Amino acid sequence: MSIEMTLQRERSRRSVASSDAGTSARAAAQVRTEPSTVRIAIIATAMIFLGVFVVLPLVMVFAQAFSRGMTAYLAALAEPEALSAIRLTLLVALISVSLNMVFGLVAAWAIAKFKFSGKTILITLIDLPFSVSPVISGMVFVLLFGAQGYFGSWLQSHDIQILFAVPGIALATTFVTFPFVARALIPLMQEQGTQEEEAAISLGASGLQTFFRVTLPNIKWGVLYGVLLCNARAMGEFGAVSVVSGHIRGETNTMPLVVEILYNEYQFVAAFAIASLLAMLALITLIAKALLERHLDEGKLSDDH
Amino acid sequence: MSAILTRRSTLPGFPLTMGLTLTWLSVIVLIPLAGLFLKTLELSPDQLWAIVASRRTLNALKISFGLAFAAACVNLVMGTIVVWALVRYRFPGRRLFDAIVDIPFALPTAVAGVALTALFAEKGWLGAPLAAVGIKVAFTPLGIFVAMVFIGIPFVVRTVQPVLIDLDPEIEEAAASLGASRWHTITRVILPSLLPALLTGLALAFARAVGEYGSVIFIAGNLPNVSEIAPLLIVIRLSEFRYADATAIALVMLIVSFLIIFVVNRLQRWAHRRAPAP
Repeated sequence: MSIEMTLQRERSRRSVASSDAGTSARAAAQVRTEPSTVRIAIIATAMIFLGVFVVLPLVMVFAQAFSRGMTAYLAALAEPEALSAIRLTLLVALISVSLNMVFGLVAAWAIAKFKFSGKTILITLIDLPFSVSPVISGMVFVLLFGAQGYFGSWLQSHDIQILFAVPGIALATTFVTFPFVARALIPLMQEQGTQEEEAAISLGASGLQTFFRVTLPNIKWGVLYGVLLCNARAMGEFGAVSVVSGHIRGETNTMPLVVEILYNEYQFVAAFAIASLLAMLALITLIAKALLERHLDEGKLSDDH
Repeated sequence: MSAILTRRSTLPGFPLTMGLTLTWLSVIVLIPLAGLFLKTLELSPDQLWAIVASRRTLNALKISFGLAFAAACVNLVMGTIVVWALVRYRFPGRRLFDAIVDIPFALPTAVAGVALTALFAEKGWLGAPLAAVGIKVAFTPLGIFVAMVFIGIPFVVRTVQPVLIDLDPEIEEAAASLGASRWHTITRVILPSLLPALLTGLALAFARAVGEYGSVIFIAGNLPNVSEIAPLLIVIRLSEFRYADATAIALVMLIVSFLIIFVVNRLQRWAHRRAPAP
Protein backbone atom coordinates (compact mmCIF):
# COMPACT_ATOMS: atom_id res chain seq x y z
CA MET A 1 0.00 0.00 0.00
CA SER A 2 2.90 2.32 0.69
CA ILE A 3 3.70 3.10 -2.89
CA GLU A 4 0.10 3.09 -3.96
CA MET A 5 -0.56 6.75 -3.41
CA THR A 6 2.52 8.07 -5.15
CA LEU A 7 2.15 5.64 -8.02
CA GLN A 8 -1.46 6.49 -8.40
CA ARG A 9 -0.78 10.15 -8.75
CA GLU A 10 2.20 9.67 -11.00
CA ARG A 11 0.13 7.49 -13.25
CA SER A 12 -2.71 9.92 -13.71
CA ARG A 13 -0.31 12.78 -14.23
CA ARG A 14 1.45 10.84 -16.95
CA SER A 15 -1.67 9.61 -18.63
CA VAL A 16 -2.62 13.23 -19.27
CA ALA A 17 0.66 13.78 -21.08
CA SER A 18 0.61 10.49 -22.93
CA SER A 19 -2.88 10.96 -24.32
CA ASP A 20 -1.75 14.10 -26.18
CA ALA A 21 1.28 12.36 -27.55
CA GLY A 22 -0.77 9.25 -28.19
CA THR A 23 -3.02 10.69 -30.89
CA SER A 24 -0.23 12.15 -32.99
CA ALA A 25 1.88 9.03 -32.69
CA ARG A 26 -0.97 6.66 -33.40
CA ALA A 27 -0.43 6.48 -37.16
CA ALA A 28 3.30 5.89 -36.78
CA ALA A 29 2.73 3.26 -34.11
CA GLN A 30 0.96 0.66 -36.22
CA VAL A 31 3.76 -1.76 -35.38
CA ARG A 32 3.10 -1.25 -31.68
CA THR A 33 -0.14 -3.18 -31.47
CA GLU A 34 -1.44 -6.72 -31.71
CA PRO A 35 -3.86 -8.38 -34.16
CA SER A 36 -7.47 -7.57 -33.31
CA THR A 37 -8.28 -11.13 -32.17
CA VAL A 38 -5.45 -10.99 -29.62
CA ARG A 39 -6.55 -7.53 -28.57
CA ILE A 40 -10.14 -8.62 -27.97
CA ALA A 41 -8.99 -11.72 -26.08
CA ILE A 42 -6.79 -9.65 -23.76
CA ILE A 43 -9.49 -7.05 -23.10
CA ALA A 44 -12.08 -9.80 -22.48
CA THR A 45 -9.76 -11.66 -20.08
CA ALA A 46 -9.04 -8.47 -18.15
CA MET A 47 -12.73 -7.54 -17.94
CA ILE A 48 -13.83 -11.03 -16.86
CA PHE A 49 -11.09 -11.22 -14.23
CA LEU A 50 -11.94 -7.83 -12.73
CA GLY A 51 -15.65 -8.56 -13.07
CA VAL A 52 -15.48 -11.86 -11.19
CA PHE A 53 -12.96 -10.89 -8.53
CA VAL A 54 -13.86 -7.25 -7.88
CA VAL A 55 -17.26 -6.24 -9.25
CA LEU A 56 -19.22 -9.34 -8.19
CA PRO A 57 -18.14 -9.21 -4.51
CA LEU A 58 -19.07 -5.53 -4.39
CA VAL A 59 -22.49 -6.16 -5.97
CA MET A 60 -22.93 -9.08 -3.55
CA VAL A 61 -22.66 -6.73 -0.54
CA PHE A 62 -25.59 -4.62 -1.70
CA ALA A 63 -27.63 -7.58 -3.00
CA GLN A 64 -27.40 -9.27 0.40
CA ALA A 65 -28.03 -6.06 2.33
CA PHE A 66 -31.25 -5.38 0.44
CA SER A 67 -32.32 -9.03 0.08
CA ARG A 68 -35.23 -8.54 2.51
CA GLY A 69 -36.12 -5.09 1.27
CA MET A 70 -35.53 -1.54 2.34
CA THR A 71 -37.40 -1.83 5.65
CA ALA A 72 -35.29 -4.72 6.91
CA TYR A 73 -32.16 -2.86 5.78
CA LEU A 74 -33.05 0.31 7.67
CA ALA A 75 -34.19 -1.66 10.71
CA ALA A 76 -30.82 -3.42 10.83
CA LEU A 77 -29.00 -0.09 10.78
CA ALA A 78 -31.22 1.33 13.53
CA GLU A 79 -30.29 -1.47 15.97
CA PRO A 80 -28.58 -0.06 19.09
CA GLU A 81 -25.57 -2.31 18.47
CA ALA A 82 -25.17 -0.95 14.94
CA LEU A 83 -25.56 2.64 16.09
CA SER A 84 -23.01 2.29 18.88
CA ALA A 85 -20.59 0.69 16.40
CA ILE A 86 -21.05 3.60 13.99
CA ARG A 87 -20.45 6.09 16.81
CA LEU A 88 -17.30 4.25 17.98
CA THR A 89 -15.96 3.97 14.42
CA LEU A 90 -16.42 7.71 13.87
CA LEU A 91 -14.79 8.54 17.21
CA VAL A 92 -11.77 6.29 16.60
CA ALA A 93 -11.35 7.61 13.06
CA LEU A 94 -11.53 11.18 14.33
CA ILE A 95 -8.82 10.53 16.95
CA SER A 96 -6.41 8.63 14.73
CA VAL A 97 -6.89 10.80 11.65
CA SER A 98 -6.24 14.02 13.59
CA LEU A 99 -3.17 12.53 15.30
CA ASN A 100 -1.79 11.32 11.98
CA MET A 101 -2.60 14.59 10.25
CA VAL A 102 -0.59 16.60 12.79
CA PHE A 103 2.22 14.04 12.64
CA GLY A 104 2.13 14.04 8.84
CA LEU A 105 2.45 17.84 8.66
CA VAL A 106 5.27 17.95 11.21
CA ALA A 107 7.18 15.04 9.67
CA ALA A 108 6.75 16.32 6.12
CA TRP A 109 8.10 19.74 7.15
CA ALA A 110 11.23 18.17 8.66
CA ILE A 111 11.76 15.66 5.84
CA ALA A 112 10.81 17.69 2.78
CA LYS A 113 12.18 21.10 3.67
CA PHE A 114 15.58 20.15 5.07
CA LYS A 115 18.54 18.05 3.96
CA PHE A 116 19.95 15.54 6.41
CA SER A 117 21.57 12.15 6.35
CA GLY A 118 19.45 9.13 7.11
CA LYS A 119 16.40 10.54 5.36
CA THR A 120 15.71 7.32 3.43
CA ILE A 121 15.91 5.27 6.62
CA LEU A 122 13.51 7.65 8.37
CA ILE A 123 10.98 7.34 5.52
CA THR A 124 11.33 3.55 5.58
CA LEU A 125 10.63 3.58 9.33
CA ILE A 126 7.55 5.77 8.83
CA ASP A 127 6.38 3.28 6.18
CA LEU A 128 6.85 0.26 8.48
CA PRO A 129 3.19 -0.07 9.58
CA PHE A 130 2.24 -0.70 5.94
CA SER A 131 4.37 -3.85 5.84
CA VAL A 132 3.27 -5.28 9.17
CA SER A 133 0.34 -7.71 9.24
CA PRO A 134 -2.72 -6.04 10.82
CA VAL A 135 -2.90 -8.80 13.40
CA ILE A 136 0.69 -8.10 14.48
CA SER A 137 -0.10 -4.37 14.60
CA GLY A 138 -2.75 -5.07 17.21
CA MET A 139 -0.66 -7.66 18.98
CA VAL A 140 2.22 -5.27 19.78
CA PHE A 141 -0.20 -3.26 21.92
CA VAL A 142 -1.42 -6.40 23.69
CA LEU A 143 2.23 -7.15 24.57
CA LEU A 144 2.62 -3.61 25.95
CA PHE A 145 -0.68 -3.07 27.74
CA GLY A 146 -2.18 -6.54 28.25
CA ALA A 147 -2.50 -8.11 31.70
CA GLN A 148 0.81 -9.94 31.15
CA GLY A 149 2.29 -7.08 29.13
CA TYR A 150 5.17 -4.74 30.00
CA PHE A 151 2.92 -2.02 31.46
CA GLY A 152 0.04 -4.34 32.35
CA SER A 153 0.39 -4.46 36.12
CA TRP A 154 1.24 -0.75 36.39
CA LEU A 155 -1.87 0.15 34.41
CA GLN A 156 -3.96 -2.19 36.53
CA SER A 157 -2.74 -0.72 39.81
CA HIS A 158 -3.51 2.78 38.51
CA ASP A 159 -6.87 1.66 37.16
CA ILE A 160 -6.15 2.77 33.62
CA GLN A 161 -7.89 0.83 30.90
CA ILE A 162 -6.16 0.87 27.50
CA LEU A 163 -6.80 -2.56 26.07
CA PHE A 164 -10.41 -3.59 25.38
CA ALA A 165 -11.31 0.11 25.46
CA VAL A 166 -11.30 3.16 23.21
CA PRO A 167 -7.62 4.13 23.82
CA GLY A 168 -6.38 0.72 22.67
CA ILE A 169 -8.57 0.74 19.58
CA ALA A 170 -7.47 4.28 18.75
CA LEU A 171 -3.79 3.39 19.28
CA ALA A 172 -3.95 0.32 17.04
CA THR A 173 -5.79 2.31 14.37
CA THR A 174 -3.25 5.12 14.60
CA PHE A 175 -0.44 2.59 14.15
CA VAL A 176 -2.04 1.02 11.09
CA THR A 177 -2.79 4.36 9.40
CA PHE A 178 0.44 6.04 10.54
CA PRO A 179 2.12 6.64 7.14
CA PHE A 180 -0.81 7.94 5.08
CA VAL A 181 -0.66 11.72 5.56
CA ALA A 182 3.14 11.90 5.78
CA ARG A 183 3.52 9.84 2.60
CA ALA A 184 1.03 12.02 0.74
CA LEU A 185 2.79 15.23 1.78
CA ILE A 186 6.52 14.42 1.56
CA PRO A 187 6.79 14.10 -2.26
CA LEU A 188 4.45 17.07 -2.77
CA MET A 189 6.43 19.35 -0.44
CA GLN A 190 9.75 18.17 -1.85
CA GLU A 191 8.58 19.08 -5.32
CA GLN A 192 7.53 22.55 -4.16
CA GLY A 193 10.96 23.30 -2.73
CA THR A 194 11.73 25.94 -0.13
CA GLN A 195 11.93 29.17 -2.14
CA GLU A 196 8.52 30.56 -1.20
CA GLU A 197 9.08 29.85 2.48
CA GLU A 198 12.58 31.35 2.40
CA ALA A 199 11.18 34.49 0.78
CA ALA A 200 8.53 34.79 3.50
CA ILE A 201 11.12 34.36 6.25
CA SER A 202 13.46 36.92 4.71
CA LEU A 203 10.54 39.38 4.58
CA GLY A 204 10.19 38.95 8.33
CA ALA A 205 7.43 36.37 8.70
CA SER A 206 7.68 34.04 11.68
CA GLY A 207 8.00 30.29 11.22
CA LEU A 208 4.37 29.63 12.09
CA GLN A 209 3.13 32.49 9.91
CA THR A 210 5.14 31.08 7.02
CA PHE A 211 3.69 27.64 7.57
CA PHE A 212 0.07 28.76 7.82
CA ARG A 213 0.15 31.49 5.15
CA VAL A 214 2.59 30.03 2.60
CA THR A 215 3.03 26.28 3.00
CA LEU A 216 -0.43 25.18 4.05
CA PRO A 217 -2.30 26.84 1.13
CA ASN A 218 0.15 25.11 -1.23
CA ILE A 219 -0.39 21.65 0.22
CA LYS A 220 -4.06 21.78 1.24
CA TRP A 221 -5.16 19.32 -1.44
CA GLY A 222 -2.34 17.00 -0.49
CA VAL A 223 -3.41 17.11 3.16
CA LEU A 224 -6.97 16.33 2.14
CA TYR A 225 -5.71 13.46 -0.02
CA GLY A 226 -3.76 11.92 2.86
CA VAL A 227 -6.62 12.44 5.32
CA LEU A 228 -9.07 10.83 2.90
CA LEU A 229 -7.03 7.64 2.54
CA CYS A 230 -6.16 7.62 6.23
CA ASN A 231 -9.82 7.92 7.17
CA ALA A 232 -10.94 5.13 4.84
CA ARG A 233 -8.41 2.74 6.33
CA ALA A 234 -9.15 3.89 9.91
CA MET A 235 -12.87 3.23 9.57
CA GLY A 236 -12.37 -0.09 7.82
CA GLU A 237 -9.52 -1.54 9.87
CA PHE A 238 -10.35 -5.02 11.06
CA GLY A 239 -7.37 -7.21 12.04
CA ALA A 240 -5.55 -4.82 14.38
CA VAL A 241 -8.75 -3.58 16.03
CA SER A 242 -10.07 -7.11 16.41
CA VAL A 243 -7.04 -8.06 18.53
CA VAL A 244 -7.26 -5.09 20.93
CA SER A 245 -11.02 -4.58 21.12
CA GLY A 246 -12.13 -7.42 23.38
CA HIS A 247 -15.43 -7.53 21.48
CA ILE A 248 -17.56 -6.06 24.27
CA ARG A 249 -20.99 -5.72 22.69
CA GLY A 250 -22.29 -2.19 22.36
CA GLU A 251 -19.02 -0.84 23.75
CA THR A 252 -15.82 -1.79 21.94
CA ASN A 253 -17.09 -3.07 18.61
CA THR A 254 -16.36 -0.96 15.56
CA MET A 255 -18.37 -1.39 12.36
CA PRO A 256 -16.10 -4.05 10.79
CA LEU A 257 -16.20 -6.03 14.04
CA VAL A 258 -19.99 -5.92 14.15
CA VAL A 259 -20.04 -7.18 10.55
CA GLU A 260 -18.04 -10.19 11.75
CA ILE A 261 -20.22 -10.85 14.81
CA LEU A 262 -23.52 -10.57 12.96
CA TYR A 263 -22.20 -12.69 10.10
CA ASN A 264 -21.11 -15.44 12.48
CA GLU A 265 -24.58 -15.31 14.06
CA TYR A 266 -26.14 -15.86 10.61
CA GLN A 267 -27.78 -12.42 10.70
CA PHE A 268 -26.81 -11.89 7.10
CA VAL A 269 -29.06 -8.93 6.29
CA ALA A 270 -27.81 -7.02 9.32
CA ALA A 271 -24.16 -7.94 8.66
CA PHE A 272 -24.36 -6.88 5.02
CA ALA A 273 -26.32 -3.73 5.89
CA ILE A 274 -23.38 -2.47 7.95
CA ALA A 275 -20.97 -3.84 5.35
CA SER A 276 -22.84 -1.81 2.72
CA LEU A 277 -22.14 1.40 4.66
CA LEU A 278 -18.44 0.54 4.67
CA ALA A 279 -18.59 -0.33 0.96
CA MET A 280 -20.19 3.03 0.23
CA LEU A 281 -17.43 4.71 2.23
CA ALA A 282 -14.91 2.90 0.03
CA LEU A 283 -16.64 3.97 -3.18
CA ILE A 284 -16.98 7.58 -2.05
CA THR A 285 -13.31 7.55 -1.06
CA LEU A 286 -12.28 6.29 -4.50
CA ILE A 287 -14.36 8.94 -6.27
CA ALA A 288 -13.07 11.73 -4.01
CA LYS A 289 -9.55 10.42 -4.52
CA ALA A 290 -9.92 10.59 -8.30
CA LEU A 291 -11.21 14.17 -8.06
CA LEU A 292 -8.37 15.18 -5.73
CA GLU A 293 -5.79 13.62 -8.02
CA ARG A 294 -7.12 15.76 -10.85
CA HIS A 295 -6.81 18.81 -8.59
CA LEU A 296 -3.27 17.92 -7.58
CA ASP A 297 -2.25 17.33 -11.20
CA GLU A 298 -3.76 20.63 -12.34
CA GLY A 299 -1.86 22.38 -9.57
CA LYS A 300 1.32 20.80 -10.84
CA LEU A 301 0.63 21.66 -14.47
CA SER A 302 -0.05 25.31 -13.66
CA ASP A 303 3.13 25.39 -11.57
CA ASP A 304 5.11 24.15 -14.53
CA HIS A 305 4.06 27.00 -16.79
CA MET B 1 21.17 12.37 16.88
CA SER B 2 20.80 15.98 15.77
CA ALA B 3 24.60 16.30 15.69
CA ILE B 4 24.76 13.97 12.68
CA LEU B 5 22.01 15.83 10.91
CA THR B 6 23.37 18.52 8.67
CA ARG B 7 21.18 21.55 8.13
CA ARG B 8 21.45 23.42 4.90
CA SER B 9 18.41 25.63 4.98
CA THR B 10 17.51 28.98 6.40
CA LEU B 11 14.01 27.81 7.31
CA PRO B 12 13.17 27.55 11.00
CA GLY B 13 11.73 24.64 12.91
CA PHE B 14 14.05 21.79 11.99
CA PRO B 15 15.06 20.78 15.55
CA LEU B 16 11.47 21.06 16.75
CA THR B 17 9.77 19.19 13.89
CA MET B 18 12.49 16.54 13.67
CA GLY B 19 12.33 16.03 17.43
CA LEU B 20 8.55 15.67 17.36
CA THR B 21 8.74 13.33 14.36
CA LEU B 22 11.26 11.02 16.02
CA THR B 23 9.41 11.08 19.34
CA TRP B 24 6.00 10.34 17.86
CA LEU B 25 7.43 7.71 15.50
CA SER B 26 9.05 6.02 18.49
CA VAL B 27 5.94 6.13 20.67
CA ILE B 28 3.49 4.83 18.07
CA VAL B 29 5.62 2.54 15.90
CA LEU B 30 9.16 1.81 17.04
CA ILE B 31 8.68 1.12 20.75
CA PRO B 32 5.63 -1.14 20.23
CA LEU B 33 7.51 -3.10 17.54
CA ALA B 34 10.63 -3.25 19.69
CA GLY B 35 8.48 -4.65 22.49
CA LEU B 36 7.66 -7.59 20.28
CA PHE B 37 11.33 -8.31 19.57
CA LEU B 38 12.12 -7.93 23.27
CA LYS B 39 9.43 -10.47 24.05
CA THR B 40 11.04 -13.04 21.75
CA LEU B 41 14.33 -12.56 23.62
CA GLU B 42 12.62 -14.01 26.70
CA LEU B 43 12.52 -17.29 24.81
CA SER B 44 15.59 -19.48 24.43
CA PRO B 45 16.43 -20.45 20.83
CA ASP B 46 15.30 -23.98 21.64
CA GLN B 47 11.91 -22.81 22.89
CA LEU B 48 11.53 -20.55 19.87
CA TRP B 49 12.36 -23.42 17.55
CA ALA B 50 9.99 -25.77 19.36
CA ILE B 51 7.13 -23.34 18.78
CA VAL B 52 7.91 -22.56 15.15
CA ALA B 53 8.58 -26.21 14.30
CA SER B 54 5.43 -27.50 15.98
CA ARG B 55 3.07 -29.13 13.50
CA ARG B 56 0.23 -26.64 13.74
CA THR B 57 2.47 -23.54 13.49
CA LEU B 58 4.48 -25.00 10.63
CA ASN B 59 1.32 -25.88 8.74
CA ALA B 60 -0.15 -22.42 9.30
CA LEU B 61 3.05 -20.81 8.01
CA LYS B 62 3.14 -23.16 5.02
CA ILE B 63 -0.49 -22.36 4.19
CA SER B 64 0.05 -18.61 4.51
CA PHE B 65 3.31 -18.42 2.57
CA GLY B 66 2.44 -21.09 -0.01
CA LEU B 67 -0.99 -19.78 -0.91
CA ALA B 68 0.20 -16.16 -0.79
CA PHE B 69 2.91 -17.00 -3.29
CA ALA B 70 0.48 -18.85 -5.56
CA ALA B 71 -1.96 -15.91 -5.38
CA ALA B 72 0.83 -13.41 -6.10
CA CYS B 73 1.82 -15.43 -9.18
CA VAL B 74 -1.78 -15.37 -10.45
CA ASN B 75 -1.79 -11.63 -9.83
CA LEU B 76 1.45 -11.30 -11.77
CA VAL B 77 -0.06 -12.97 -14.85
CA MET B 78 -3.55 -11.46 -14.60
CA GLY B 79 -2.15 -8.07 -13.54
CA THR B 80 0.04 -7.99 -16.64
CA ILE B 81 -2.96 -8.76 -18.85
CA VAL B 82 -5.08 -6.11 -17.10
CA VAL B 83 -2.40 -3.44 -17.25
CA TRP B 84 -1.73 -4.21 -20.92
CA ALA B 85 -5.41 -3.79 -21.75
CA LEU B 86 -5.68 -0.57 -19.71
CA VAL B 87 -2.56 1.09 -21.11
CA ARG B 88 -2.37 -0.14 -24.70
CA TYR B 89 -5.96 -0.43 -25.83
CA ARG B 90 -8.93 1.90 -26.02
CA PHE B 91 -12.27 0.23 -25.26
CA PRO B 92 -15.61 1.28 -23.80
CA GLY B 93 -15.49 1.38 -19.99
CA ARG B 94 -11.70 1.56 -19.84
CA ARG B 95 -11.66 4.37 -17.28
CA LEU B 96 -14.22 2.55 -15.15
CA PHE B 97 -12.17 -0.64 -15.18
CA ASP B 98 -9.09 1.38 -14.34
CA ALA B 99 -10.88 2.75 -11.27
CA ILE B 100 -12.19 -0.70 -10.30
CA VAL B 101 -8.62 -1.97 -9.87
CA ASP B 102 -8.35 0.12 -6.66
CA ILE B 103 -11.40 -1.39 -4.97
CA PRO B 104 -9.48 -4.16 -3.15
CA PHE B 105 -7.35 -1.39 -1.57
CA ALA B 106 -10.34 0.66 -0.55
CA LEU B 107 -12.86 -1.96 0.54
CA PRO B 108 -12.51 -2.81 4.25
CA THR B 109 -11.13 -6.33 4.56
CA ALA B 110 -14.02 -7.66 6.65
CA VAL B 111 -16.47 -6.50 3.98
CA ALA B 112 -14.43 -8.21 1.27
CA GLY B 113 -14.32 -11.31 3.45
CA VAL B 114 -18.07 -11.69 3.95
CA ALA B 115 -18.79 -10.75 0.33
CA LEU B 116 -16.36 -13.31 -1.10
CA THR B 117 -17.71 -15.96 1.25
CA ALA B 118 -21.31 -15.28 0.22
CA LEU B 119 -20.24 -15.31 -3.43
CA PHE B 120 -18.35 -18.61 -3.26
CA ALA B 121 -20.48 -20.43 -0.66
CA GLU B 122 -22.24 -23.54 -1.94
CA LYS B 123 -25.41 -21.59 -2.71
CA GLY B 124 -23.64 -18.43 -3.82
CA TRP B 125 -23.69 -16.92 -7.31
CA LEU B 126 -20.34 -18.49 -8.19
CA GLY B 127 -20.23 -21.21 -5.56
CA ALA B 128 -23.33 -22.99 -6.92
CA PRO B 129 -22.10 -23.45 -10.51
CA LEU B 130 -18.64 -24.40 -9.22
CA ALA B 131 -20.15 -26.94 -6.80
CA ALA B 132 -22.07 -28.44 -9.75
CA VAL B 133 -18.76 -29.34 -11.39
CA GLY B 134 -17.39 -30.60 -8.08
CA ILE B 135 -15.22 -27.62 -7.06
CA LYS B 136 -15.60 -26.44 -3.49
CA VAL B 137 -14.15 -23.00 -2.85
CA ALA B 138 -15.54 -21.58 0.40
CA PHE B 139 -14.19 -23.12 3.62
CA THR B 140 -11.29 -24.82 1.82
CA PRO B 141 -7.69 -23.74 1.09
CA LEU B 142 -8.95 -22.74 -2.36
CA GLY B 143 -11.08 -20.10 -0.64
CA ILE B 144 -7.98 -18.66 1.06
CA PHE B 145 -6.33 -18.51 -2.34
CA VAL B 146 -9.32 -16.70 -3.88
CA ALA B 147 -9.33 -14.08 -1.10
CA MET B 148 -5.57 -13.56 -1.48
CA VAL B 149 -5.94 -13.07 -5.24
CA PHE B 150 -8.63 -10.46 -4.55
CA ILE B 151 -6.54 -8.34 -2.19
CA GLY B 152 -3.42 -8.60 -4.37
CA ILE B 153 -5.01 -7.33 -7.59
CA PRO B 154 -3.95 -3.66 -7.40
CA PHE B 155 -0.25 -4.22 -6.67
CA VAL B 156 1.04 -5.55 -10.00
CA VAL B 157 -1.27 -3.29 -12.00
CA ARG B 158 -0.30 -0.11 -10.16
CA THR B 159 3.46 -0.78 -10.10
CA VAL B 160 3.65 -1.73 -13.80
CA GLN B 161 1.22 0.87 -15.15
CA PRO B 162 3.49 3.97 -14.94
CA VAL B 163 6.44 2.05 -16.37
CA LEU B 164 4.45 0.73 -19.32
CA ILE B 165 3.03 4.20 -20.01
CA ASP B 166 6.54 5.67 -20.01
CA LEU B 167 8.07 2.94 -22.13
CA ASP B 168 9.83 4.53 -25.10
CA PRO B 169 7.84 3.60 -28.26
CA GLU B 170 11.00 3.81 -30.33
CA ILE B 171 12.49 0.61 -28.96
CA GLU B 172 9.42 -1.31 -30.11
CA GLU B 173 9.47 0.33 -33.51
CA ALA B 174 13.18 -0.38 -33.79
CA ALA B 175 12.63 -4.04 -32.91
CA ALA B 176 9.84 -4.28 -35.48
CA SER B 177 11.86 -2.55 -38.20
CA LEU B 178 14.72 -4.96 -37.56
CA GLY B 179 12.32 -7.78 -38.41
CA ALA B 180 11.28 -8.99 -34.94
CA SER B 181 7.78 -10.47 -34.82
CA ARG B 182 5.29 -8.86 -32.45
CA TRP B 183 5.59 -11.83 -30.09
CA HIS B 184 9.37 -11.51 -30.08
CA THR B 185 9.19 -7.78 -29.46
CA ILE B 186 6.93 -8.33 -26.47
CA THR B 187 8.81 -11.23 -24.88
CA ARG B 188 12.35 -10.07 -25.69
CA VAL B 189 12.05 -6.28 -25.53
CA ILE B 190 9.01 -5.11 -23.59
CA LEU B 191 8.68 -7.67 -20.81
CA PRO B 192 12.38 -7.50 -19.84
CA SER B 193 12.15 -3.73 -19.41
CA LEU B 194 9.04 -4.21 -17.25
CA LEU B 195 10.77 -6.89 -15.17
CA PRO B 196 11.76 -4.75 -12.13
CA ALA B 197 8.22 -3.37 -11.89
CA LEU B 198 6.67 -6.81 -12.37
CA LEU B 199 8.83 -8.30 -9.61
CA THR B 200 8.09 -5.34 -7.29
CA GLY B 201 4.38 -5.91 -7.84
CA LEU B 202 4.80 -9.63 -7.18
CA ALA B 203 6.69 -8.95 -3.92
CA LEU B 204 4.15 -6.40 -2.70
CA ALA B 205 1.19 -8.65 -3.52
CA PHE B 206 2.90 -11.54 -1.75
CA ALA B 207 3.66 -9.43 1.34
CA ARG B 208 0.08 -8.22 1.54
CA ALA B 209 -1.38 -11.71 1.12
CA VAL B 210 0.88 -13.27 3.77
CA GLY B 211 -0.24 -10.83 6.44
CA GLU B 212 -3.86 -10.60 5.33
CA TYR B 213 -6.47 -11.47 7.94
CA GLY B 214 -9.91 -9.89 7.45
CA SER B 215 -10.69 -10.94 3.91
CA VAL B 216 -9.35 -14.47 4.43
CA ILE B 217 -10.76 -15.74 7.73
CA PHE B 218 -14.42 -15.75 6.66
CA ILE B 219 -13.87 -17.87 3.57
CA ALA B 220 -11.04 -20.00 4.98
CA GLY B 221 -12.88 -22.56 7.08
CA ASN B 222 -10.08 -22.20 9.65
CA LEU B 223 -9.44 -25.90 10.16
CA PRO B 224 -6.11 -26.37 12.02
CA ASN B 225 -3.39 -27.82 9.76
CA VAL B 226 -5.66 -27.56 6.71
CA SER B 227 -7.02 -24.07 6.23
CA GLU B 228 -5.70 -22.09 9.19
CA ILE B 229 -3.54 -19.09 8.22
CA ALA B 230 -0.67 -17.83 10.37
CA PRO B 231 -2.31 -14.50 11.36
CA LEU B 232 -5.35 -16.42 12.63
CA LEU B 233 -3.12 -18.71 14.69
CA ILE B 234 -1.59 -15.59 16.27
CA VAL B 235 -5.06 -14.38 17.22
CA ILE B 236 -5.95 -17.80 18.65
CA ARG B 237 -2.73 -17.96 20.71
CA LEU B 238 -3.33 -14.45 22.03
CA SER B 239 -6.85 -15.36 23.10
CA GLU B 240 -5.40 -18.39 24.92
CA PHE B 241 -2.85 -16.05 26.59
CA ARG B 242 -0.04 -18.08 24.99
CA TYR B 243 1.89 -14.90 24.24
CA ALA B 244 5.19 -16.70 23.61
CA ASP B 245 3.63 -18.79 20.84
CA ALA B 246 1.97 -15.74 19.29
CA THR B 247 5.23 -13.79 19.44
CA ALA B 248 7.26 -16.55 17.80
CA ILE B 249 4.87 -16.76 14.83
CA ALA B 250 4.81 -12.96 14.57
CA LEU B 251 8.62 -12.90 14.57
CA VAL B 252 8.80 -15.23 11.56
CA MET B 253 6.25 -13.13 9.70
CA LEU B 254 7.99 -9.85 10.57
CA ILE B 255 11.36 -11.15 9.39
CA VAL B 256 9.79 -12.10 6.06
CA SER B 257 8.15 -8.64 5.83
CA PHE B 258 11.49 -6.93 6.42
CA LEU B 259 13.17 -9.15 3.83
CA ILE B 260 10.49 -8.13 1.34
CA ILE B 261 11.04 -4.42 2.11
CA PHE B 262 14.73 -4.99 1.42
CA VAL B 263 14.04 -6.83 -1.84
CA VAL B 264 11.60 -4.16 -3.02
CA ASN B 265 14.11 -1.39 -2.27
CA ARG B 266 16.72 -3.27 -4.26
CA LEU B 267 14.30 -3.80 -7.14
CA GLN B 268 13.48 -0.13 -7.15
CA ARG B 269 17.12 0.85 -7.28
CA TRP B 270 17.57 -1.61 -10.15
CA ALA B 271 14.63 -0.04 -11.99
CA HIS B 272 16.08 3.45 -11.46
CA ARG B 273 19.43 2.42 -12.87
CA ARG B 274 17.78 0.94 -15.96
CA ALA B 275 15.45 3.83 -16.60
CA PRO B 276 16.96 6.48 -18.89
CA ALA B 277 17.36 9.83 -17.18
CA PRO B 278 14.33 12.01 -17.96
